[in-house]
Amino acid sequence: MFGNLIDKIQHLGVVTLGSFQRLGRAGVFLLEVIASCTDLLVKPTLLVKQMFSVGVQTLIIIVVAGLFVGMVMALQSYYALVDFGAEDSVGVMVSLSLLRELGPVVTALLFAGRAGSALTAEIGLMKATEQLSGMEMMAVNPMRRIVAPRFMAGVISMPLLATIFSAVGVLGAYVVAVQLLGLDSGAFWSQPQNKVDLYEDIYNGLIKSLVFGLIASWIAVFEGYDCIPTSEGLGQATTRTVVYSSLAILFMDFILTALMFSK
Amino acid sequence: MSDILVKIRDLHFSRGNRKIFDGISLDIPRRGVTAIMGPSGTGKTTLLKLIGGQLRPDQGSIEVDGLNVHQLSTRKLFELRQRMGMLFQSGALLTDLSVFENVAYPLREHTKLSDAMIRHLVLLKLNAVGLRGAADLMPSELSGGMSRRVALARAIALDPMMIMYDEPFTGQDPISMGVLVSLISELNSALDICSIVVSHDVPDTLSISDHVHFISAGKIVESGSPETLQNSKSAWTHQFIHGDADGPVPFHYPANPILDDLYQEGK
Repeated sequence: MFGNLIDKIQHLGVVTLGSFQRLGRAGVFLLEVIASCTDLLVKPTLLVKQMFSVGVQTLIIIVVAGLFVGMVMALQSYYALVDFGAEDSVGVMVSLSLLRELGPVVTALLFAGRAGSALTAEIGLMKATEQLSGMEMMAVNPMRRIVAPRFMAGVISMPLLATIFSAVGVLGAYVVAVQLLGLDSGAFWSQPQNKVDLYEDIYNGLIKSLVFGLIASWIAVFEGYDCIPTSEGLGQATTRTVVYSSLAILFMDFILTALMFSK
Repeated sequence: MSDILVKIRDLHFSRGNRKIFDGISLDIPRRGVTAIMGPSGTGKTTLLKLIGGQLRPDQGSIEVDGLNVHQLSTRKLFELRQRMGMLFQSGALLTDLSVFENVAYPLREHTKLSDAMIRHLVLLKLNAVGLRGAADLMPSELSGGMSRRVALARAIALDPMMIMYDEPFTGQDPISMGVLVSLISELNSALDICSIVVSHDVPDTLSISDHVHFISAGKIVESGSPETLQNSKSAWTHQFIHGDADGPVPFHYPANPILDDLYQEGK
């Protein structure tokens, strides 16, 4: 019985040490990736190509999701506010919710599911098929040519995608609130104009999405680069990307919100 | 200039608790085809990765052209690798680039040649492996043998001083195998370089090799010319060359006596 207990404690120790080792490796990896990004100034085409596959190809899911989130937000807030005669505030409520929270967070979660998993799978498959080793033996650093462009494309794309998500969401809310529920168009637009602050709301939202972009891209490229190069290892790495990114984004959202909006 | 291109001394390397190399030393000459042979899992590919600096030994040294591979800075190591070519078992072609762009890749990365010059060089390299007509195909459209030939064209793109071949004949049909065997031999003669072929395909590898090293259980079992080894008195060498099922390499994986195992199960 004691032997069994000691085995379990030993296993716990091994797992904990392994996790810390991996976290340390991921930290060193991030520093290497950031150092490797300098090459993108010399070869910007690498970045542009990745911006297309990471950013542009994620656009459709972002636009569609943004539209529906905005529409649902308008409906829900209208039904809640109409009892108090405050339905004119639907516009500002939706705008603030999208700019401060839903835009950055939902975009980042969708990004992790769509682009993050694709990045992990692509880099992991390149590792499994020895393409990364092949590059190293051609005296080409895969960190500079493969990892850095994908990481930077993710970091740059996220704030742009979050902005588009919020903008489309507000338009969706306008369609529901003004066109379907008959709210006054002037009231819908004028309140956000007065209440939304450039620094507190828009800039903070952009900072959030930049941080989420960094986290999601970092996890995605690290999981791909560090995966066990087998089909099973690749599947596990892709799953970990989505799970870890989502949890990290939600955790960081709480931290950033507490820092940004505490009075 | 020394006649020895790769000098390995007292090389120790382990993966986890498993000892892959236990103090091997060998020299690989600057010219000719040197074969490293041995059963699967003896670390032949690992040896190539150690020579290329992709893995670090636990102990011992590897010198390539007088440079200690594992004491070089990253920049110096990459400079050395520009003079090494490596043909991976899978070909390791970049799947998002065409055949032409795959061969052009090292030239675009490491030279400032004009597009016209790169085009000429790439077509010449592809012609050397018989695939000039496949320049516009994508890697997914190639057979296994063609992929390796394209990878070979890419490996010679920068006119290296040595090429390392990792299991070049595995999984090839007889025609592709014949093509690869003659390509390796002819390219080595034409370019007058050092070729290191890692393989367990005995007849074809011996037919093109000038020097052969047999590796097993982390040690060099025997070295010499193909003729010497074919007439070797060593029981291990005889078993490996003739593919005998039992001998110094036993048929059975180490286990308890069968009666003990059966009895325990019955209990």
